[in-house]
Amino acid sequence: MSVVHPATGTGTSNRRLMATLLLAAAAWVLAYAVNGRIWDAVLTGALGLDREDRVTESVHFFLYDTVKIALLLAGIIFLVTFGRSYLSVERTRALLGGRREGVGNVLAAGLGVVTPFCSCSAVPAFIGFVSAGVPIGVTLSFLIASPLVNEVAIGLLVSMFGVRIALLYVAAGLVVAVVAGWTMGRLGVQRWVEPFVFETRLHGQVIDPSLGLTFQQRVQIAAQEVRTILRKIWPYLLVGIALGAVIHGWAPQDLFTRYAGAGNPLAVLVAVAIGVPLYSNAAGIMPLVQALHEKGLPMGTLLAFMMSVVALSLPELILLRRVLKPPLLAAFVAVTATGIVAVGYLFNAVLG
Amino acid sequence: MIIKVLGPGCANCQNLERATRAAVADLGLDATIEKVTDYAAIAGYGVMSTPGLVVDDQVVLTGRVPTVAQVRELLAAATGRA
Repeated sequence: MSVVHPATGTGTSNRRLMATLLLAAAAWVLAYAVNGRIWDAVLTGALGLDREDRVTESVHFFLYDTVKIALLLAGIIFLVTFGRSYLSVERTRALLGGRREGVGNVLAAGLGVVTPFCSCSAVPAFIGFVSAGVPIGVTLSFLIASPLVNEVAIGLLVSMFGVRIALLYVAAGLVVAVVAGWTMGRLGVQRWVEPFVFETRLHGQVIDPSLGLTFQQRVQIAAQEVRTILRKIWPYLLVGIALGAVIHGWAPQDLFTRYAGAGNPLAVLVAVAIGVPLYSNAAGIMPLVQALHEKGLPMGTLLAFMMSVVALSLPELILLRRVLKPPLLAAFVAVTATGIVAVGYLFNAVLG
Repeated sequence: MIIKVLGPGCANCQNLERATRAAVADLGLDATIEKVTDYAAIAGYGVMSTPGLVVDDQVVLTGRVPTVAQVRELLAAATGRA
């Protein structure tokens, strides 16, 4: 049986949809283009504030950044979700089934980036993968890559630091996911997986959610996802941007560089140690990263900090505890964090 | 008719449950709606991306939150089958 489709779009409704999409795209470009100038006009023109003033500068930074990031996120999430509606976890599992470790880890990390996946499905996906014969290390590569290299992080990095840094981040995230998953596979982690995972018998028919959707439905899903994600992350985003604005306006130039600058060999370690227990998402952490970068912190340290915040979080660990016993959970954190620290030092050395 | 909403309790699962209740009410179906939050049970249905919708032990939808109209169609199709 298949998913029932609503009436396939007629010619007129498809034309109307295309017109709406074009209008939305034009509105997006316009809003993005005038964002900075509007706030200039409002703050200095209409309200008569002084741009040199710290408060004005911070408020401008906050308003400009909020609009810019919201626009970027909406655009990126829409495009990525639309593209991803052609893929699914079910298809990814079929691709990974029967792969050997090594090749499997690489493939799993890559698929982790492009497969539509919500971390709230981490547990059923883990069970589904393992019971279909996907090795545990390969499954973990998928679960690490999926939150680490996500469209929000990539989009924001491109807009704030350029394509080169974004590509470095993607490459680093993939390497961390591949190496960490492969390493845990080598540890013989089978015995540290909760036994019910292996006892779960699959019944029922697997439905591939990527099949049988019309163009209209895919657009609908993408628009819905934009709403869902923005509604979910806006508090993080506002706190992140506000913190960024405060740092931007008030923190003395040498405050951070003195403690976490290129001169401190422990800086990356400290950044990751702070980042692991922190729970936020790429959207919330990015404005902070940008402000700290302006204050002279090295990129490797900042990317490591960001990765540790995004990849490892308490809520995710609590979820994974359902299927992983404490030793494996500890190994998961230790191996992933080590990989991130290594990446941070590497970037500092390369970009330094 | 027994309808099961599969999901650990995240926002998507609650949205799906809401849409399902609305659709059942619209169609005037005599159905019980159960929530399945146990991971082993969810995975047992072969569902890897929550939320999932199961009608009379048949998985009819996974991995996204449908509109009420879409749930109505799914339920209507399932009723016709029974």
